[in-house]
Amino acid sequence: MSDLEKTLRAQSPMAEAWRMFRRNIPAMFGLIILIMIILTTLYGAFVFTGDPYEIVWAPHEPPLLTPEFPLGTDYLGRDIIAGLLTGGAPTLAVGASAAIITMVIGITLGAFAGYYGGWVDTLLMRITEFFQVLPALLFAMVLVTLFSPSLITIAIAIGVVSWPQTARLTRAEFLRIKELEYVTAARAIGAQNGLIMWRVIIPNAAPPLIVSATLTVGVAILFEAGLSFLGLGDPNKMSWGLMIGMNREYILDAWWPVTFPGLAIFLTVFSVSLVGDGLNDAFNPKLRER
Amino acid sequence: MNYILKRLGYGLLLMLGVVVLNFFLIRLAPGDPAVVIAGEMGGATEEMLESIREEYGLNKPLLTQLWIYVSSVAQGDLGESFFFNQPVSKLIALRIGPTILLVIVAQILSIVIGVFLGVLAARKPNGIMSAFVSVFATIGYAVPVFWTGIMLIILFASTFPIFPVEGMQSVKLRDANIFIRSLDITHHLVLPAFTLAIIYLAQYARLSRASMLEVLGADYIRTARAKGASERSVLFKHALRNAALPILTIAGLQFGNLISGALLVETVYNWPGMGRLAFDSILRRDYPTIMGVLFFASAMVVIANLITDLSYRLADPRLRGKS
Repeated sequence: MSDLEKTLRAQSPMAEAWRMFRRNIPAMFGLIILIMIILTTLYGAFVFTGDPYEIVWAPHEPPLLTPEFPLGTDYLGRDIIAGLLTGGAPTLAVGASAAIITMVIGITLGAFAGYYGGWVDTLLMRITEFFQVLPALLFAMVLVTLFSPSLITIAIAIGVVSWPQTARLTRAEFLRIKELEYVTAARAIGAQNGLIMWRVIIPNAAPPLIVSATLTVGVAILFEAGLSFLGLGDPNKMSWGLMIGMNREYILDAWWPVTFPGLAIFLTVFSVSLVGDGLNDAFNPKLRER
Repeated sequence: MNYILKRLGYGLLLMLGVVVLNFFLIRLAPGDPAVVIAGEMGGATEEMLESIREEYGLNKPLLTQLWIYVSSVAQGDLGESFFFNQPVSKLIALRIGPTILLVIVAQILSIVIGVFLGVLAARKPNGIMSAFVSVFATIGYAVPVFWTGIMLIILFASTFPIFPVEGMQSVKLRDANIFIRSLDITHHLVLPAFTLAIIYLAQYARLSRASMLEVLGADYIRTARAKGASERSVLFKHALRNAALPILTIAGLQFGNLISGALLVETVYNWPGMGRLAFDSILRRDYPTIMGVLFFASAMVVIANLITDLSYRLADPRLRGKS
């Protein structure tokens, strides 16, 4: 019995995908970096006690010269390492929650459009097209300014501007899957529409949606960084984008206060997208050649 | 022709949607709409608020207000910026040119270079060029565009001072003849356009590589090779023409993102476009201007989509004559 269980487990699509993923060197590399970034951010948020806003040293101390401040200080003399440690939390939190909001809106609308078709589809797709016309960052800027910049507003604003692509993807998956035999079978045994949508179609549409969710996290992180850079983030929460924005005026005097936070953002999004590509390959082994 | 009219009508409908959205955004914001419109930094007096209430009909029912707003926008009146003390349409008219220049040059740069790299990579799916394209695409996707800009400024301001890193024109050349001025603008355009192009360049390279690989397996490519067509002709004439459609689709869809990117790039390079204007007016909570920028930026996306749609039909003879 246990042998049979083992065989069955080995054949489950998720296990199969994980087996493929594990062999993918860039994807594993991305996953390891991402885990390290998350751990560092958690450390910065919950263990580290330093204040990133505190002036601790002379301004513009270059990196590697003072042992206490290996990455130097910014234009006011604040420790850059302290900023990097604490600045990850808002970025990652907003990135993750914005991605969740995006997926919830996108999957819900896309599912209804694809499943019901007809006027529901037409209406929902028109709404989607409308939101694709609005330049996302600008619209997010407007929303954040109108409704006071807090992490929640920012996450909602990013979610509101980035769902259309998820909706289109979900709709396409629904259009494809709803014609398949197992959906007809489910309907034949009397399953209701809601049950078919959430329990039959969604699980089968999961692979592309998971990949898209990963990439959405990357896009959301870039959005958050852009908004904070422009000074539209939560001013009381140090974040990587904000560090770059604050030190922008002095880039010709000191390169390090803007370089390190930028590298942190880059590494985070880079590792997320390596993981996303890896998942894509793992779910679609046929596409690996490309 | 009928089809074009239909698309145009639909585009106008989308723009009407943006106007209605703008209207409701102002009213959804916490506080008195008149105060919101005057802007926090406007130092609005009671008379000023009264005149705003009069102009926008804020004492009338909501639907009447909507009608007043929509019809004034339709007449080209986007309201008055109380911070700049100028009509919004005039402010934007001054700023839209530089943005269009930046966005279009960046778009062309990214498509031309990206597609070229992608085609080269597709020749050898497992070669060095292919590896380079996929690594470059992942990096290009992950780098924050404003940070690339700042890094390039640091590099070019002191180390290699060959390109200007700020603004669109040199002050001392402002009165020179048009030829010298265009050269000067082009010179200023290099870094901002390149910064903006990098992200999309990488994506086009990856996309055109994938699209080319698909096409290169087709029978007509083998036929072209068999009849002795040169490799260059096979790649750029036979294959690329067929591989171009997905690239065109993405180019249209990317336009909105390109404008979002231009916003950040303009801020970094002090490029006097709409993005810079949006940033300045957001800091001052100058909502009529912000809404005007949102309106025009969306209009640019609608027009870009329309052009994509039409060029799609030009590029794909199968679509011609259908509606």
